Amino acid sequence: MAAFELDFVLRQGAFVVEIAERLDARALALFGPSGSGKTTVVEAIAGLRTAQRGTIAIAGRTLYSQQRNVNVSTRERRVGYVPQDVLLFPHLDVRSNITYGERPGHASFDAVVTLLDLAGLLQRRPASLSGGERQRVALARALMSNPDVLLLDEPMAAVDLPRRRRILDALLRIRDDLRVPLVYVAHSPEEVRRIADWVLVIESGRVTARGAPGPLLPVAQAAAE
Amino acid sequence: MTGDAAEIALFTAATATAATLLMLVPGVALAWLLARRRFPGKAVVETLVSLPLVVPPVATGLLLLWVFGRRGPIGRLLDGIGVEVVFTWRAVVMAMAVMGLPLLVRTARAGFEQVTRRYEQIAETLGAGPWRIFRTVTLPLASRNILAGALLGFSRALGEFGATIVVAGSIPGRTRTLAVGIYSYTETGQDRQAAVLLVVSLALAFTAVLVSNRLAGES
Repeated sequence: MAAFELDFVLRQGAFVVEIAERLDARALALFGPSGSGKTTVVEAIAGLRTAQRGTIAIAGRTLYSQQRNVNVSTRERRVGYVPQDVLLFPHLDVRSNITYGERPGHASFDAVVTLLDLAGLLQRRPASLSGGERQRVALARALMSNPDVLLLDEPMAAVDLPRRRRILDALLRIRDDLRVPLVYVAHSPEEVRRIADWVLVIESGRVTARGAPGPLLPVAQAAAE
Repeated sequence: MTGDAAEIALFTAATATAATLLMLVPGVALAWLLARRRFPGKAVVETLVSLPLVVPPVATGLLLLWVFGRRGPIGRLLDGIGVEVVFTWRAVVMAMAVMGLPLLVRTARAGFEQVTRRYEQIAETLGAGPWRIFRTVTLPLASRNILAGALLGFSRALGEFGATIVVAGSIPGRTRTLAVGIYSYTETGQDRQAAVLLVVSLALAFTAVLVSNRLAGES
């Protein structure tokens, strides 16, 4: 279990994200319609956007606190960020992508490659990979940086169904065996149900519901429809 | 090819190469600054860099002559340490570099602007510092444009005439380049020599454009 303190206000033009949550979770899902501010929350955690006020702390480490004048640079935040558009470095092969941010830690190169089934892809360039393969490489790249938390923004968007199961299995192992806490942005209730133990439903930049996925999701889905 | 023509062709290729190398680091740095940074006086820097494209090359040559002449602000300093610029091969390189720089900067700048900031952000989340990000992400992703810009600058340098003739003259065996040579031979009625240099110029330019197009085609 990791403690999440997400208590901040972030303005982007007319759009305001305002959340105030303290929770314990192994995997926190941000669920809601597109354009609701889920990605903004993830980017605020990564330090790619700066909140105007509040606190962001994960697993006991304060990443941002306006009050205490703390704003850890993105470089030092130790977040493994897998953005929606994946963004593998196009000029590097898979191996160099995976090892780009290598930091000594709990997962070895071989273990990550095996976990995500990448042994056959190491010499390939990102342009020659399928959506699912890219997703797994991005996950490996994030893992190799020995992150304190993994931020996954719709990691299944470009992945076909059979692959989804395999990636989900890998994520569960990352969560349970490597004990890396996850923040998981998703549209699909099935994914959320399998992976998350706490869900925040976000709409128009605000949390409209929270709870364990079992009881919460049917309600949230009904509300969305 | 006569010995004379071969020597002039070689001298031109060598000085144009030196000019390209000379403009590469400041050119890439300027391109990056203009593409990625906001700073006071940016509009002035932008304008200054492009100025050699629109000012008559002869005027640029005259300006260089003043600055690098023995009594000029920089020329005096260089003279103090025994380095002569004006009317030497150094002046040829300088004129070529100044005239080629705008082409390099513009092309490289476009390259930097095309590099998605998001790649740099990802590198940052992976713990990379600014210099490492520049070296391993930004520069490689902009490299094709930088190369194309350098080749454009090189091609411009090969054909440089106006600034060169003012600041370096047309001294046979010392500062005579292809373009300046063609002019001097024509002036003095040595049409055969001029024709030989013309053919060499065409061949060099043809090769440079061919390679440049190849590079553009591969991207």
